[in-house]
Amino acid sequence: MSEAADNLVQLTRAGIQKSGSWLVRGVDLTVSPGEIVTLIGPNGSGKSTTAKMALGIHKPTEGSAVRRNGLSVGYVPQNLSIDWTLPLNVKRFMRLTNPLSDAECMAALERTGAARLVGEEMRTLSGGELQRVMLARAIARSPDLLVLDEPVQGVDYAGEIAIYGLISEIRNTVGCGILMISHDLHVVMAAADQVVCLNGHVCCRGTPSDVSRDENYQQLFGTRAGGALAVYEHHHDHVHLPDGRVRHSDGTVCDHCPGEHDHMHEAHGISGGQPSDETAPHKRVAGGVADA
Amino acid sequence: MLDDFFTRALIAGIGVALVAGPLGCFVVWRRMAYFGDTLAHAALLGVALAFLLDVNTTLAVAAASVVLSMLLLALRQRGNLPSDALLGLLSHSALAIGLVCMAFMTWVNFDLQGILFGDILSVTRLDIAIIYGGGAIVLAGLIWIWRSLFAATVSSDLAGAEGLRPDFAELVFMLLTAIVIAIALKVVGALLITALLIIPAAAVRRLSASPEQMAVFASLAGIVAVVAGLYSSLYYDTPSGPSIVVAAMLLFALSLFPVRRLIKKLTAENRGGI
Repeated sequence: MSEAADNLVQLTRAGIQKSGSWLVRGVDLTVSPGEIVTLIGPNGSGKSTTAKMALGIHKPTEGSAVRRNGLSVGYVPQNLSIDWTLPLNVKRFMRLTNPLSDAECMAALERTGAARLVGEEMRTLSGGELQRVMLARAIARSPDLLVLDEPVQGVDYAGEIAIYGLISEIRNTVGCGILMISHDLHVVMAAADQVVCLNGHVCCRGTPSDVSRDENYQQLFGTRAGGALAVYEHHHDHVHLPDGRVRHSDGTVCDHCPGEHDHMHEAHGISGGQPSDETAPHKRVAGGVADA
Repeated sequence: MLDDFFTRALIAGIGVALVAGPLGCFVVWRRMAYFGDTLAHAALLGVALAFLLDVNTTLAVAAASVVLSMLLLALRQRGNLPSDALLGLLSHSALAIGLVCMAFMTWVNFDLQGILFGDILSVTRLDIAIIYGGGAIVLAGLIWIWRSLFAATVSSDLAGAEGLRPDFAELVFMLLTAIVIAIALKVVGALLITALLIIPAAAVRRLSASPEQMAVFASLAGIVAVVAGLYSSLYYDTPSGPSIVVAAMLLFALSLFPVRRLIKKLTAENRGGI
């Protein structure tokens, strides 16, 4: 298990069930030092849940989540709302989970371009400022593993590029592993080493170029992800029902998704035993059609 | 000095205010005001049990509050009823069961007025010892869990992810709240305990620049309210517990005035005059 010892965190067939339905299931995931792993997927696809399993906030209902002994983590949660009743300025927020010297505080804030905010109240920060401050707090701990849940939320386009640049730079200089959740596919693609696309389970994975060429990915993200690639009409081939079962586009219902979808969707229809009059689930419009 | 009932009342009140300040800040930050109320209502049940089993009242009240808060945690984790409905259910059930128990115990003459609204003028030396002993435990416990509890108050996920123990801190916080309610019962009574937790904290919010500062200021505001309330109750012959709460409320009202802006304006006028 020497390989496992190198991993900062390892999820093995991990899944979480909540009141009878699976939020996410069958996730295999590793983050090693110096690696950027990005989770992408539509809303409700289990990205945050997966990250929280990796962090140990949620225990997996099945499978396992193993973190390296003594792993120090920096976490940037998806949202943080500071109540008016709580007097909390940036300087105090920086020291939320561990003590820091003033110099360490300022160094981290300077790296994320938030040094001028040091005396501000947390609840007066704009979305972009809050992201920079949260990122500064997370890296000030000099973590082994940095977990970023939508780090560019509320940040304008120029700021977004700056933050992604900063994230790669942190990986290079701090050498920590980074687990990131993002919606912004273009920039993710440029920065990540490994992309895991979730849709209640692992839909597809690989290097950014592998994933962007993957059929499942293209179905999930359609034209938005297309860029220079061919444009695909977006068709989900299955829907996760509230009771945790899965309805396929041909109308068949089965108990759960098969782990990773190795392009076997057509097979579901056959195994469901119902003749399907519909067209194949993957309706494809090939060629360089102009973006809608 | 301790022979004078008024001096004893002052010392006891100040002791409770010292502890209620920092704890009350967390009650406000965590939006747990109704939780405090629920535990306080369980105090009635505690008092009844104390007479039934012939044990110390403060201990019995603390025990009843602890049991109720654990029950609340367990029911909340089962997650059928929403939190506020659960609190309302437990709060009023505890109050009603306490009253019913008392009615059954016909051989005891309960001072219901004192239990509900406090009886600070009758505190004994033993009460003072219990208040300061219990208070020291609560403050020590709060300092012990401060970092975890505060981080969990800002974001429970964040605290958990970065190696703190938010669940443990929250559990300890509930126990500490139960102790504070037990020692504050004699001072302001079951119905007004939450006021002593919340109002001083709310009154100093605008003056505080950091959470730690707010905790200390809340203690000080609580002490001012206790002293002012007790003296006014002596002077106007009003009930002491409610007088303390009214004094705290006046402090809060005062904090709503834009004091800082007023000072700025005055200094600017002075400069203009010269």
